[in-house]
Amino acid sequence: MGLLHTIGDYVVLMAQTFKRPDKGKVFRKQLFIDFQHLGVDSIGIVAFISLFVGAIIAMQMAYNISSPLVPLYLIGYTTKQMMILEISPTIMSLILAGKVGSSIASEIGTMRVTEQIDALKVMGINPANYLILPKITASMIYNPILIVFSMVIGLFGGWVAVSITGIVSPVDFVIGLQAWPVPYDIAYALIKTVVFAFIIASVSGYFGYTVKGGSVDVGRASTKAVVSSSILIIIFDLILTQMLLT
Amino acid sequence: MIEVKNIFKSFDGQQVLTDVSTVFEEGKTNLIIGQSGSGKTVLMKCCIGLFNVDEGEVIFDGRCFSELKEKKKKSTRKEMGVLFQGGALFDSYSVEENVMFPLNMFTKMPFEEKQERVNDVLKRVNLINANKKFPAELSGGMTKRVAIARAIAMNPKYLFCDEPNSGLDPKTAELIDELISDLTAEYNMTTVINTHDMNSVLQIGQTIIFVNKGKLWWKGNKKEILETDNPELNEFVFATELTRRIKR
Ligand SMILES: Nc1ncnc2c1ncn2[C@@H]1O[C@H](COP(=O)(O)OP(=O)(O)OP(=O)(O)O)[C@@H](O)[C@H]1O
Ligand SMILES: [Mg+2]
Repeated sequence: MGLLHTIGDYVVLMAQTFKRPDKGKVFRKQLFIDFQHLGVDSIGIVAFISLFVGAIIAMQMAYNISSPLVPLYLIGYTTKQMMILEISPTIMSLILAGKVGSSIASEIGTMRVTEQIDALKVMGINPANYLILPKITASMIYNPILIVFSMVIGLFGGWVAVSITGIVSPVDFVIGLQAWPVPYDIAYALIKTVVFAFIIASVSGYFGYTVKGGSVDVGRASTKAVVSSSILIIIFDLILTQMLLT
Repeated sequence: MIEVKNIFKSFDGQQVLTDVSTVFEEGKTNLIIGQSGSGKTVLMKCCIGLFNVDEGEVIFDGRCFSELKEKKKKSTRKEMGVLFQGGALFDSYSVEENVMFPLNMFTKMPFEEKQERVNDVLKRVNLINANKKFPAELSGGMTKRVAIARAIAMNPKYLFCDEPNSGLDPKTAELIDELISDLTAEYNMTTVINTHDMNSVLQIGQTIIFVNKGKLWWKGNKKEILETDNPELNEFVFATELTRRIKR
């Protein structure tokens, strides 16, 4: 009952959000701010985690594939497939759900409890459209860029790891990276990313927008935003994989 | 002129407003007074359309707000300026951007003209050299003044102020009251003010309604309020030592 209610409210809020902005110029300005705030500011954390996870995966693959019967370039190949298919799109989206989701929910939630959203409304502005639409748009455009970046950095991390440890020659590793390229894999990853980006921004926007009370409730909303979007990301990961890969 | 007709409002079964009717007059400061929790803020939020009323209607110069089409509602909203209890300034924008915000959203003015308008209203509320400050850097009184400036930037016909001088020292409180009352006369606005400050009541109470337990208890003006024999209102008015002395 509570869940159905929440879904209903969410759908109503999204219907308000997806309207034509009152002023294109103001929307573009807001979008630009959100690119910076939600996208550019996330580059550091994405690069750091991707680099290390890429290195760790390469080392684990080398550890697993230490049979003389298996060609060494498979280490590079499996590292690549794991990064592209799952680590970059899903794990990075989960990390962005934590970083971006909590920031969206607390920003909008604070505006709610300090009556800034009411102020927008009485001015004759559609607050959902003004606040949430640029964030959803920014995330759906910028997250794919971040995820491709994460793939590149992750594979570079793997290359650095094998080069330093010498478990496998960097040349074999690179041959593995180049083996059996499937453009559809990248398309699959990007489709997932765009869906996850929508989930992160819209769900966090919802929890922020519907805060009632004070600062404690803003904190709670921000936690709910991260937990719910993470759960939804995993569920949709399964659904999309079933739809697109099998 | 704003007519409030037979408004009822409840939250989850708790009746907050019961059959409130009154008229807020044009060019005057219309006060809503009452104890904390009596329903002043709820009444104001019903007037500006932030709460949907259970029954009754609010009429802005002949336009019944709840019956207006979405587009008309929007254009009526542009005629309202609202000062929220906490100011409700946008904290990611500077003072200047806050005041310019409605102009950016609703006018096609060139930038210079907007800038000029912003400087005019900021000067009008006695705020100079604060254009580039952010809301977090302002004092309580300054916040209220910026909020007033933003509320009047579009030249509203209707101005709503929820406790404009709560939390301010008596001197600043008086300045804010004077400012609102001057602006009301100057722009011939219909101004509605929530307050429980007796100083404001005696200073700018051109029309006064007293709300008690969600009901309209008494109507009058600042002269009549000192001579009333309504027991609840008397209790409210002469609650402090200061007002008791005035009576004697
Ligand atoms: N959003 C809401 N949901 C439920 N109840 C509410 C809501 N807003 C106000 N109330 C209730 O309505 C009653 C009147 O509240 P209101 O805020 O109008 O008081 P007030 O007269 O403005 O008081 P104050 O002078 O302290 O601001 C209170 O009992 C309050 O609990
Ligand atoms: Mg109040």
